Amino acid sequence: VSLDDYEIVIGLEVHAQLATQSKIFSWSSTAFGAEPNTQTDPVCLGLPGVLPVLNRGVVDAAVRLGLAVGSKIRQRCRFTRKHYFYPDLPKNIQISQFDEPICDGGTVKFRLHGEVRAVSLTRIHLEEDAGKNIHADATKSLVDYNRAGVPLCEIVSEPDLRSAEEAAEYVRALRTLVRYLGIGDGKHGGGLAPLRRERVAAETRDDRVRHQDRDQEHELVQERARRDRARGQAPGVRAGRRRSRRAGDTPLGRGARRDAVDALEGAGARLPLLPGAGPAARRRRRRGAGGAAQDLARAARDRFARYAGSVGLSPQDAGVLVSEREIAGYYDDAVAAGAPAKRAANWVINEVLAVAGDARRLGDADIPVPPAALAGLVKLVEDGTLSGKLAKDVFGKMWAERRTAADIVAKEGLVQVSDSGELEAACSKVIAAHPTEAANFKANPKLMGFFVGAVMKETGGKANPKAVNEILRKLLA
Amino acid sequence: MIAIDARGATAVAIADGVRAGKLRARDVAEQYLDRIARLDGALGCYLLIDAEGARRRADAVDAAYKAGRDPGALAGVPLGVKDIFCTRGVETTCASKILRGFVPPYESTVTARLAGAGAVMLGKLNMDEFAMGSSNENSAFKPVKNPWSHAHVPGGSSGGSAAAIAASLCAGAIGTDTGGSIRQPAALCGVVGMKPTYGRVSRYGVIAFASSLDHPGPFGRTVEDAAALLEAMAGADPHDSTSIPAPVGAYRAAARAGQRRPRAAQGHAPRRARRVLPARHGRRGRSGRARRAGRARTRGRADRQGVVAQHQVRDRDLLSDLHGGGFVEPGPLRRCPLRVPHAGRALAGGDVHEDARGRVRPEPKRRIMLGTYVLRAGYYEAYYGKALRARRKIADDFQAAFAGCDAIVTPTSPIPAFKFGEKTSDPLQMYLADVLTVGPDLAGIPALSQSCGFTKAGLPIGLQTIAPALGEEICFRVAGAYEARTKWHERLPPETAS
Repeated sequence: VSLDDYEIVIGLEVHAQLATQSKIFSWSSTAFGAEPNTQTDPVCLGLPGVLPVLNRGVVDAAVRLGLAVGSKIRQRCRFTRKHYFYPDLPKNIQISQFDEPICDGGTVKFRLHGEVRAVSLTRIHLEEDAGKNIHADATKSLVDYNRAGVPLCEIVSEPDLRSAEEAAEYVRALRTLVRYLGIGDGKHGGGLAPLRRERVAAETRDDRVRHQDRDQEHELVQERARRDRARGQAPGVRAGRRRSRRAGDTPLGRGARRDAVDALEGAGARLPLLPGAGPAARRRRRRGAGGAAQDLARAARDRFARYAGSVGLSPQDAGVLVSEREIAGYYDDAVAAGAPAKRAANWVINEVLAVAGDARRLGDADIPVPPAALAGLVKLVEDGTLSGKLAKDVFGKMWAERRTAADIVAKEGLVQVSDSGELEAACSKVIAAHPTEAANFKANPKLMGFFVGAVMKETGGKANPKAVNEILRKLLA
Repeated sequence: MIAIDARGATAVAIADGVRAGKLRARDVAEQYLDRIARLDGALGCYLLIDAEGARRRADAVDAAYKAGRDPGALAGVPLGVKDIFCTRGVETTCASKILRGFVPPYESTVTARLAGAGAVMLGKLNMDEFAMGSSNENSAFKPVKNPWSHAHVPGGSSGGSAAAIAASLCAGAIGTDTGGSIRQPAALCGVVGMKPTYGRVSRYGVIAFASSLDHPGPFGRTVEDAAALLEAMAGADPHDSTSIPAPVGAYRAAARAGQRRPRAAQGHAPRRARRVLPARHGRRGRSGRARRAGRARTRGRADRQGVVAQHQVRDRDLLSDLHGGGFVEPGPLRRCPLRVPHAGRALAGGDVHEDARGRVRPEPKRRIMLGTYVLRAGYYEAYYGKALRARRKIADDFQAAFAGCDAIVTPTSPIPAFKFGEKTSDPLQMYLADVLTVGPDLAGIPALSQSCGFTKAGLPIGLQTIAPALGEEICFRVAGAYEARTKWHERLPPETAS
């Protein structure tokens, strides 16, 4: 059996660090890079007698993420304890969510080779990070608890991924989402954590199963059961979803530990239910103190429906736009100033947010490129005056020098060249300079990209790519 | 400057004296420290005596008074603290060898508030290991003796707190109640113990036993003492998200109002008079004495006090099943003492890899095993799920009962203090000692125990007053009224009891 006989099936659990000022259940700072063990407190160290108090910012962030990927946000979710016994887990328990996570379902969309892929999410839940073991030398291990209690959200996907490349692209899409939502910076070490665990399953095409790893086998069984169900057949094996972390890191046998975790997860002491259990908390919630997440959810949901519905944006773009009131406000102003809705959304998401860094800056009155100025630029792109590449350069100048697009275009002669005579000359020149590629073109049409790039270079980026394509095709035919 | 006789002194008398400049906190502290030095060797109430710290705290109170500042509502009150409360810089062990040497770097909310009110902590009080037990025989260090008879247990788990108040080794004390751990020892030692509404007092800094059942509360010689302590302890705490944001009542005033005008009871006059029923789950034979005593003391008086007492726990089998089965406290696993947190153990100077199992006493072990069994995958619903439903039912029953009355009066314990070793061989019998106190814990409602008489052998009998959620003032008013018309609380145990 060769590798080609296997179909790769991957589901991922990705941890994203949420960018709150303080830890998920206590007051210590979450800032990255401090001296070891300087950002701790009795709560995150799990000293006897302490109690966790949930950071509201963490809930708000998870709700934003959930809205952006179209999850169902639970009005009531709860935390449970997971018992582990590691030196970097100061409490011997990790407070996580088990049977009632904050978000269920959702879809993450991204492009792979120009094709839109959609990966379904199982859930998004909140939990706390552990500390960090530092193995100083062969005899000494040190522990830094600065990270203990840093808020994480775990994004669990369905086993929808079919290649490593696709998995990498999926993670990239998540990182983008997390950054644009302003809930995390998605950076290694201080943001989107490296994958702690991949759930990889494989299946031989002729259904022969050869596995050593029970874990993989389990996933396989599950995957097969899922497919059986999808085909409308009774599943051959009923397999419950099971999660585990840091496989092989435990002194106990896997089976033994799994039983223990099952029981403990279900039974672990609860934090007060979210936003709180009991009559007092219900009253509080009714008064609205605990309802920030719900208010946000409602306001954002209405806006989201409008963007994804009548405006016609992709759900993902709509999610980014509604994630912060400032972004949505900026976008609405730009559209009101005449920018075409879809193009404006791309510009706000891909350019404005990227340079602004913090999404909340979009609400500033003295932002270098106000919504109306962006609208002016987008209109120039829309009517063909500027190519996409040129427009990006212009945008950079607008941001740096606080000038309008029209002003920059006029003064620097950046108007896109669509004149066919001028372009034909450039194209001929390029073809003449690359006789080998021109000869190979018929056998390999992909070389078109090479030629377009060369022409763009030749014209200083001013050429209209569409026109160049047509001319090249004609000349090379 | 007058001296005070520490024996039998009340916390409010001391606080009032210090605030009026008639007493010096330092003198009071010295008197109590002297008593502890003389008497505690035989009783075993204290696990740690912080004489130096007590003197420092007392001097600070005196300095505040001299400087014209308010030294606080509990100025100079010598305080005993159950060793389950974390105290900054003072070893906190939960009476377990596992935590020996653990010096918390932080202070519990309760002890911080009491210190803020001017109370002077003398030391840390003995208890059952990790608060698991009803007799104090489970302390890993030494048992506490009942001051009324050294052959008898003081009750538990807050046995050290109750015995220290009874023997005047402190004027105020604090403990925790999970299944009766404040009220049962208060009853067995003849003092006042109060378990407030769940969330009324912050649990931050209280080493957890069963998070959803733990209630910190006060002990005092009198109802007013307990009320004054609770007034200082209670209130919302940003470190405990289960703490209740409702304003703290005027508990001391309520206790005094009860003393003065029980009938008017200020808005708590009886709506309907009913026959007083003693607790119906006292079991015939085993509990006859306490039950009769409870009935004799409560019947008739309750009418005069304007209180209707009725205890109706419809499904008492559920309760006893729960308790007998040992999963009234489904908590052991939640705070499994076999797994003392790494950081805690590191602070205690222990070896992180040390096997704790050999160092835990049989009772915690038993509960850990029971808890583990109950929560095992597959048994979860059959036991724990059922227990949760029973708990809701019990809470509903209390609520229904309170529709027809203001407070419910019962004996605190089905039996008076028993002898050391009498019940250790049969854990089930031991668990039954909590049968009358566990209901209010499950329902999270306030209940107070006070002395209501003595057995022929001279052992105290406790009377329990239960009120609806956040009805602490009702408890204090009723108990204050009863106390004002009886003299049981004035009896003191012999100083040289054997």
